[in-house]
Amino acid sequence: MATEPGTSAAERPAPDSGAVTEEAQPDHDPTAPDHAHPSEWEYIKVALFLAVVTAAEVGIYYVEQLEDFLVPLLLVFAVIKFAMVALWFMHLRFDSRIFRRLFAIGLLLALFAYAVVLATFEVWNR
Amino acid sequence: MTVTTSEGTHTADAPPGHPPTSTGLSNEKVAMWAFLGSECLLFGALISTYLLFKGRSLEGTVKPEDVYDIPYTSVSSFVLLMSSLTMVLALAAIQRGDHRRLRVWLLTTALLGASFVAGQMYEFTVFYREGLKISANLFGSSFFVLTGFHGAHVTIGVLMLLSLWGLSMRGKLPTSRSETVELVGLYWHFVDIVWIVIFTVVYLIP
Repeated sequence: MATEPGTSAAERPAPDSGAVTEEAQPDHDPTAPDHAHPSEWEYIKVALFLAVVTAAEVGIYYVEQLEDFLVPLLLVFAVIKFAMVALWFMHLRFDSRIFRRLFAIGLLLALFAYAVVLATFEVWNR
Repeated sequence: MTVTTSEGTHTADAPPGHPPTSTGLSNEKVAMWAFLGSECLLFGALISTYLLFKGRSLEGTVKPEDVYDIPYTSVSSFVLLMSSLTMVLALAAIQRGDHRRLRVWLLTTALLGASFVAGQMYEFTVFYREGLKISANLFGSSFFVLTGFHGAHVTIGVLMLLSLWGLSMRGKLPTSRSETVELVGLYWHFVDIVWIVIFTVVYLIP
């Protein structure tokens, strides 16, 4: 097999050894999380927080004084809940950045594409 | 112990049939995240369609405010949200080798998911009786397609959870296969976050 000039055998990664990216984890063991996951108590705290935010969402829906701010408030609450589930329960906060990027590509592509569609049909002005 | 063969470097404790990958990450997990990214586009299309048709139904036909029962749907949303908690508790249980709790949490998650689907079927029945059919108007079409697709995803998730529970009962879900639970968990949490968006955009925003 031909060798790359200037690269000694000791410097070259073994075939399929996983030494490719900064996130690479050689000898992947599927039983071990990519990074330490939160404790059960942390999961429960996140769930309690999500329950409180959901209660707040439904609560403000019935408050007439907040009618002018209802839509932005509801959207902020939804983004917070979305992020909490994705970062904590789906472990995006703790796992490899590659997973975060894969999901972000789909999410941002969807947001951009459908924002363009809705803007084209002037949904905001109705 | 590390063993180097013509196919690469393996650790002695790595399960058979799961060689190291070129990224150092599990291929199955990468595939699941790519799939979930593509699902964002699917649900994005359905939610956008709902928004596009919102307020454009024929006069005199059923409107959202005529049929929505916010307290009822809030309880359904809460049930699905809490099923995400039981799902991560199931994953934590298998990762520390506690298979009894794994089965308890898997079954709890499946039951919560089934309750959500049952609640959705009841809601659809009530809407139907109040005159909202899929062919009634633009609201009916976009609403039933969006929430129906989501309900189908939850149903598939429940079936996967019950399959995991069955495998565990037969001793075919050892701790070394905890990633299988994690993959099903990712799918489950995804249907939860999709519902977070649907609940806000479809039900709560006037």
